[in-house]
Amino acid sequence: MLELYGQQVSSRLLLGTALYPSPAIMAEAIAASGADIVTVSLRRETSGGKTGGQFWSLIQSLDVRVLPNTAGCHSVKEAVTTAKMAREVFSTNWIKLEVIGNHDTLQPDVFGLVEAARVLSADGFEVFPYTTDDLIVAERLLDAGCKLLMPWCAPIGSARGPQNIDALRSLRGHFPDVPLIVDAGIGRPSHAATVMELGYDAVLLNTAVAKAVDPVAMASAFGKAVEAGRQAFLAGLLEPRDMAVPSTPVIGMAAFS
Amino acid sequence: MKVLIRGAGVAGLTLANELATRGADVTVVEKRRRIAGNASWHAGGMLAPWCERESAEEPVLSLGRDAADWWEAALPGHVMRNGTLVVAPARDAGELDRFSQRTSGFCTVDLEGIAALEPDLEGRFGRALFFAQEAHLDPRKALLALQEKLVRMGVRFEFGYGAVQASGRADVEADCTGMAGAKTGLRGVRGEMLLLRTQEVSLARPVRLLHPRIPVYVVPRTGNLFMVGATMIESDDPGSITTRSLMELLNAAYALHPAFGEAELVETGTGVRPAFADNMPRVERDGSTIRINGLYRHGFLLAPAMARQAAEMILGNEEGARP
Repeated sequence: MLELYGQQVSSRLLLGTALYPSPAIMAEAIAASGADIVTVSLRRETSGGKTGGQFWSLIQSLDVRVLPNTAGCHSVKEAVTTAKMAREVFSTNWIKLEVIGNHDTLQPDVFGLVEAARVLSADGFEVFPYTTDDLIVAERLLDAGCKLLMPWCAPIGSARGPQNIDALRSLRGHFPDVPLIVDAGIGRPSHAATVMELGYDAVLLNTAVAKAVDPVAMASAFGKAVEAGRQAFLAGLLEPRDMAVPSTPVIGMAAFS
Repeated sequence: MKVLIRGAGVAGLTLANELATRGADVTVVEKRRRIAGNASWHAGGMLAPWCERESAEEPVLSLGRDAADWWEAALPGHVMRNGTLVVAPARDAGELDRFSQRTSGFCTVDLEGIAALEPDLEGRFGRALFFAQEAHLDPRKALLALQEKLVRMGVRFEFGYGAVQASGRADVEADCTGMAGAKTGLRGVRGEMLLLRTQEVSLARPVRLLHPRIPVYVVPRTGNLFMVGATMIESDDPGSITTRSLMELLNAAYALHPAFGEAELVETGTGVRPAFADNMPRVERDGSTIRINGLYRHGFLLAPAMARQAAEMILGNEEGARP
């Protein structure tokens, strides 16, 4: 079973809580996905940090673990402040750390990210850093106190799927024992299955489910894809060959000539 | 039948109209001192059930498709039936495909088609979706005109109505107070809007600008005014617009037409939409109280259907039933 900061997690699919047609559909989609961790943005979904809002009550009623995030933060200071507010509001040390460096691509500012991860880890937070697929940044994040990594596979909400399979493989190869969660860029279940087949530990997504025509059915499809990819990885995949190899033996076949 | 309606927003006034038309003795009480400042006051006034279907469930279309007829019958001359134009910046053209995949009742128009519908947008967008059956009205004018009409029909209005006990004054009470009538399951969805004034652009119909992050609409009003809206934030905070929302709305208006960059910013406003978890409105009966609530972002669109349902609940199914 997957373990994140000492907590056993049964589903390898983590879901975001934004952009759904309605909170009721969101709740149904989360249930259909089987996810037991959902990310919640403090800044826009919680009445400016007040608890007790209906949206927050609904999340609480779902029996899922909440991973608050610092979505939309553009500086270390902003991210740290938001993380501290989130700790108060959601009563958890977990924080999905986002420090955005570019407004257009929502690419992480990896320098700010490492700095914020250091500050927050020292303060007792368990940091889930949203990062790029850069190996050296990954090392720095682990040095800063992170015990897991959340690399993108494409820009947030872009639905492009894995853009750099080699970089994802390389990260997996270098950090065999660190939980790796692909966060951002997944557009369809086959993308999720692909990164799971690479040996990634989990997948976090939001838009691909929330903006589907039928979010509940899509959530279920993603749940299955993540499970299938994981099972395939454990089962050992057949590597591609250049030559065709018949699956039916040819030796001993009758010769008509 | 004596009915006391609490709340003079779109839910309360449409219900008053339904009841008064059917001969009931109606009083509307409103805690504000006049009809202004409530969620309805900040509405876009689009009667656009086909577009709304992009993110809303089917009943929004079936309950909302007659809304334009209802408003036209109630307030002749107020409804503009010019349709809705949906455009996307070149970079986000894929959003048009996404939108068209989820909606119906539109045709695709090209550069020339756009120029024919909205000459001021000529050359700015290569492709658009045109929802010809949709309509819009000016919510503020409509609310004030409806109140005037109701007064002429004998409906009494009491403004600045505090916590006075009203029990015994009526046979039935109807709670149409939106967020103020907050009850279990109701949440607020904050919406921020702007009013811009410019003579350099004119539009005949609401234009929706699709954007993966911040879809907005611009609704033309008389007097060279344009309503730009609206944000959708899971919060019941009625406070002033944030700088970020203001920037996003202004950016979108500017992207639609650069002349909005020189427009006068006449007003910014915030309203809190009452919504249930499924974002669908409800008419409920609780003893001698009827509640209409949860109109969410569909006040002018769905209030007529809710008012009809509530009126039938109060007076029975017979058209023109008398007390």
